[in-house]
Amino acid sequence: MLAEFALAALWLAAALAALQLLAGVLVLSEKALVLGGIVRPLAVVQGLLALAALLGLIGLFATTDLSVALVAENSHSAKPMLYKIAGTWGNHEGSMLLWVAVMGLAGSFVALVERRLPERTMLATLAGQAFVSLGFYAFLLLASNPFARLTQPPPEGNGLNPLLQDPGLAFHPPTLYLGYVGLSIAFSFAIGALVTREVGPAFARAMRPWVLGAWIFLTLGITAGSYWAYYVLGWGGWWFWDPVENASLMPWLAATALLHSCSVLAARDALRAWTVMLGVVAFSMSMIGTFLVRSGILTSVHAFAVDPLRGKFILALLAINIGGALTLFALRAGSVTEGERFSVTSREGALVFNNVMLTGILGIVLIGTLYPLVTEAVGVRVSVGPPYFNPVTALFALPMMLVMMVGPLLRWRRDAPGRVARAQGWVMALPPVVGVVTAAVFIAHGGIGLLPLIGLSLAPALALASLLPLRGRDLTRLPLPVWGMVVAHFGIAVAMAGMASDSAFSTERLIAAHVGEETRVGPWAVRLAGVAPVAGPNWTAMEARLVVRYDGAGATTLTPQSRTYWAPPQTTGVSALLTRWNGQLYTVMGEEVEGDRWQLRLWWKPFVPLIWLGGALVALGGALALLGRVSADLKRISVRTRMADRRQRQGR
Amino acid sequence: MLKPKHQRMVLLAAALTALLAAVLIAAWALRHQASYFYVPSEIKAHPPEADRSVRLGGMVRRGSVHNEADGVTVDFIVSDGRADVPVRFAGIRPALFVEGSGVVAEGHMVQGRFEADNLLAKHDEKYVPREMAGMTAEQARQTVAQTK
Repeated sequence: MLAEFALAALWLAAALAALQLLAGVLVLSEKALVLGGIVRPLAVVQGLLALAALLGLIGLFATTDLSVALVAENSHSAKPMLYKIAGTWGNHEGSMLLWVAVMGLAGSFVALVERRLPERTMLATLAGQAFVSLGFYAFLLLASNPFARLTQPPPEGNGLNPLLQDPGLAFHPPTLYLGYVGLSIAFSFAIGALVTREVGPAFARAMRPWVLGAWIFLTLGITAGSYWAYYVLGWGGWWFWDPVENASLMPWLAATALLHSCSVLAARDALRAWTVMLGVVAFSMSMIGTFLVRSGILTSVHAFAVDPLRGKFILALLAINIGGALTLFALRAGSVTEGERFSVTSREGALVFNNVMLTGILGIVLIGTLYPLVTEAVGVRVSVGPPYFNPVTALFALPMMLVMMVGPLLRWRRDAPGRVARAQGWVMALPPVVGVVTAAVFIAHGGIGLLPLIGLSLAPALALASLLPLRGRDLTRLPLPVWGMVVAHFGIAVAMAGMASDSAFSTERLIAAHVGEETRVGPWAVRLAGVAPVAGPNWTAMEARLVVRYDGAGATTLTPQSRTYWAPPQTTGVSALLTRWNGQLYTVMGEEVEGDRWQLRLWWKPFVPLIWLGGALVALGGALALLGRVSADLKRISVRTRMADRRQRQGR
Repeated sequence: MLKPKHQRMVLLAAALTALLAAVLIAAWALRHQASYFYVPSEIKAHPPEADRSVRLGGMVRRGSVHNEADGVTVDFIVSDGRADVPVRFAGIRPALFVEGSGVVAEGHMVQGRFEADNLLAKHDEKYVPREMAGMTAEQARQTVAQTK
């Protein structure tokens, strides 16, 4: 019964979305103003119904109801409970249901708490949200029904891909989706503002927390996904420029640009049309990502279904949503005036530069991701990887980082480099000096590629420069959003140091070792102490016992495994990692080869955890900024209600 | 400071310039950096430059897998039914790397031998590298026919 109830909830949610769209349009066209009051409640209930459908599916997976086709195909009764639940979104239909549930809930949340926008803009926003949701409801109900029943339930399910049987599955997809789909709010805000032509600082201030929220989750989701791929794939790499990774990076780049242009619009009433455009682009990138990942056009661990109908369906949705939004933009952009002026050397100027460079990177990544699909259509098969993406994105990222060092020190509207230099004094010289000295040291060290060298010297300079906005300010009274900016920029420097250090200093060792044999990788001595069989709930494994010592220090034991799952039958390596303050030892076990030897692949990766620490800092910076903005808004609202109360009491 | 109208033009021009630059740079870089997919008969007929990274796909010829004495290097032959290319790979092989099955190797040609940095074999029934989805010896031949 649960499956039928959940499916009914989903249909009902779709119907309410249609009603929400209709009511919004009728009110906006002033045909039925009386409907104005029902749009918000509709949005709230619609989101709750979508959530109910998702909870229903989670229930079916948790109890392994094999009469549901999706559960039978993707689950197994012997799986640990964590993977039964997380496995709900480890397949095409379930992940799309997660998508619409997040989208519905985001709409509910906006409808419940957003009170700053003019009511007409708000209605247009909710109508826009309903329009986009409706398309995805249709996709789910007509082309990807997660609740279809089997007439003949099988005795046991097929199980879940072992690569996905990892705690990462419980965290990475939901976080990423909160970010991905959270951007639909920015999209709908942009639509709402275009429909009512209300693009100004108030609009930017209302939109900013929503963009920030989505951006924080997107940052966390990408960081978590990168770490997951790093330890689960056993190749020692943390970013592969795989199309599915690019699909998450592109919305992040657009959202980062949007975040910065939002603050220009909020503080200075400039970049109106540009901000609206980015709002459209950011969620469009989410949808393009979904198309790439979910249509079956790419085959990867993320692409679950190869059903041409689904690909065409998503493509049609994409064309309608993006095409519609861009048409609306083209029609209305002319009447959205540019707003306040500013000179090139100003905070706005630096932020425009940041935006333009981020857009450039976005273009580079988009072209590189789509290129193989285009050439395949004409019969040439290519793959585009790090040799293209690394240098070409760096071409745009490096100037951006340099401007990022001074941008936060500039004043709004108009500034002069001389003024900044006088205000900061000798401290201004510190980042460039540190950068040059670091570069000199590493050039003398030798053997480091150009890009890692630039990264290694830029990172400390950037870290120092990111702290400069704190100088001469009373730290106890500094607004939270400023702290957020400092922490996030510092996080970028930290992540960059980790990336550069990984590619400059990683050492690798590949051997076939006898039990008892010792080998070295970097400063580590690694001894294969033994190999023994072990068993888990739905797998058996050969487990190597590695006794490892750092530079003569005490011994620790690591246990990488070669694991064989029996549902589905598949062998996969499970790496074992040891983290020190100065890096990570990464060990992978291979197969047994002749002469009673076992293959081992070992890496010493100095400072590599800084990559994910940096990502977490960037997200933390976003959280601080969000906290600051929201608490300021709440304070303003409470002051306003108090004033209104007093006025009422005094009978005015 | 510029007039509002001019400021708008300048911003628009800056954005368009950056986008155009991105497109041009991308086009130039893709021409030089994209890694092309070859099947054995193609790579024999038109070998890529030595330093260029490419992908080679085909079937692992039965009986051709030979383990070197160091225990981590493997030599085998990738075939598309028309031509054979010897491949050498040092590393931990994917679990589903077996004789008679499809494989895609990433690497470059060194004096008639393909030095693979990485092997992409089927993960399982559902998840396969894009180039070899459902590839059998017959389909590998068809691939050659199509790409001619």
